[in-house]
Amino acid sequence: MASSRVFAGIAAGLVIAGAVAAFAVIWRPAIAAIEPPRSFDASLVRHGRDLAAIGNCNNCHTLRGGKDFAGGVAVPTPFGTIYSSNITPDGETGIGRWPEAAFRRAMRSGVDREGRHLYPTFPYDHFTNVSDEDDRALYAYLMTRPPVHAPARENQLSFPFDQRFLIAGWKLLFLRRDAYLPEATTSAEWSRGAYLVEGLAHCGACHTPRNGLGAERATARFAGADVDNWHAYAINGQSPAPVPWNADTLFAYLRQGWQVDHGLARGPMAEVVANLSTVPDSDIRAIAVYMANIFGVTTPERRRRADEARAQANSGIAASQTSDLGASIYAATCAGCHETDRALPYGGINLALSTALSSPDARNAANIILSGVRPSEEERGPIMPGFAASMSDDQVAALLTYLRARFGKQPPWTGIATTIADARRSQTVSLQTSAALPDAAADATKREKP
Amino acid sequence: MMTLKVNGHDHEIDADPDTPLLYVLRDDLKLNAAKFGCGLGQCGSCTVIVDGNAVLSCVTPLLLLEGKQVTTLEGLGTIEAPAPIQRAFMEEQSAQCGYCIAGMMMRAQALLQKNPRPTDAQIRSEMELNLCRCGTHMRILRAVHRAARLMQTAEASPVQGTAR
Repeated sequence: MASSRVFAGIAAGLVIAGAVAAFAVIWRPAIAAIEPPRSFDASLVRHGRDLAAIGNCNNCHTLRGGKDFAGGVAVPTPFGTIYSSNITPDGETGIGRWPEAAFRRAMRSGVDREGRHLYPTFPYDHFTNVSDEDDRALYAYLMTRPPVHAPARENQLSFPFDQRFLIAGWKLLFLRRDAYLPEATTSAEWSRGAYLVEGLAHCGACHTPRNGLGAERATARFAGADVDNWHAYAINGQSPAPVPWNADTLFAYLRQGWQVDHGLARGPMAEVVANLSTVPDSDIRAIAVYMANIFGVTTPERRRRADEARAQANSGIAASQTSDLGASIYAATCAGCHETDRALPYGGINLALSTALSSPDARNAANIILSGVRPSEEERGPIMPGFAASMSDDQVAALLTYLRARFGKQPPWTGIATTIADARRSQTVSLQTSAALPDAAADATKREKP
Repeated sequence: MMTLKVNGHDHEIDADPDTPLLYVLRDDLKLNAAKFGCGLGQCGSCTVIVDGNAVLSCVTPLLLLEGKQVTTLEGLGTIEAPAPIQRAFMEEQSAQCGYCIAGMMMRAQALLQKNPRPTDAQIRSEMELNLCRCGTHMRILRAVHRAARLMQTAEASPVQGTAR
């Protein structure tokens, strides 16, 4: 009798302790709202602007053609669609009533002012490493943007992922503060690069594959992953680039958006380098130095492959006329720009140097063949016409197969037909997205008369 | 020899399969509306319509065109009976030197066939690929809007692929 009572007591104690522990893990207090502050030191705001560019904030928080930082961008995940939030200083729908402490807590541990857990699509697993000073500058920058009234869109998540308390468990498993520790033996440049790459720049958010719970796999850092129907290449020792990267070529690529031995930034990466264009050289250099280290030392095997690729690129042997459809299409359509002595950006990259063709995934090559490379506003760089309207799926497939064999020097891609269908679909989506741009001049009465 | 369908007619073409469509149109078929600008698919002056889509004929070799329908500006209307897109460009006086205008009209035509009521943003986004060095962009934009309106009205004579 006595023993069962003791047992019941222990059980009750465990339940209570468990509930207290769960409460402690899950519950976060609200932080009192404030009147939106409007006055900040100008140099702090400027610093915040550079940091926001490094953090690529607008990419997720600004709709194409929409108001800056007003949110509403759909982020597809395996668990459903999550919409980015309004981070303008609007008092009602933005972060206008957030004190700095609330902003810092959101960056550090993914909790909003009211105490709700935020989904890790907001990459606080990286932002947790951002310093107090940089959070202060980012806060100053965002709080001085024009406020936009834009209520949050409802996330479309299936049960149980719509239960925010579960995020607390995710954080227990995957949110590591101080994951970045500068080493005493490394240079200041390297440390600065580590701080940026692992923190605000959150490079791993796209370039590191994720596990079943949507967290970056610690054992596969920078090993390449899929984003928005693009493949974010491996940027570690497994990089598929025919010519190995180094700090100088990485710097040139991140600075101007293309590099003669590697090609150009496309897809989501084009937006990243467009943002980086306002960032000081020193920070770009730091990122390049740190990432060159992640790419690792060039092995003799890699060096041999690079020499081969360079030799092929410089051989000047034009594609021969054969009965192979892919070879014929290449010779008639592509070689005019891609096999000339005009280097980037005035000619196309020699495809022996193309990362897209030696990548394990065909989708980047398919996307570029179909959509081309459009000139972007305020961005220097090469342009290429898209061939979606002139090539059938069979013709694109024949071309991809030929390019893979001749230039990629890898086993044939599998599932090319699906890849091409996906590329056509995402091309349609991106055209529809641009249709949502504002329509100011459509009203004939508002336009100037001839 | 291959058969090329242009403006509704079959033509037997004696040219290498890698010959750009533009050369065949201008040199063999004497259809001179499409212009040679850059030859690299970067300026848009050679734009024609293939199976309803705007295509840069200078970077489109014949071997891609088996069984496809090509439409050039000559296939849309004539001097006596201009198509709505041509009327609109004339009425807005969109041409200055005029070199880009045939390509502009073809890209606008392809857009309006797919989307009869495009917004200004949609027109700008679509026409971005075609360059004009004279600077008549605002008139070109107005002409596309005007053509859209013309195509809605009964007075506009229906031409190939544009009847509504």
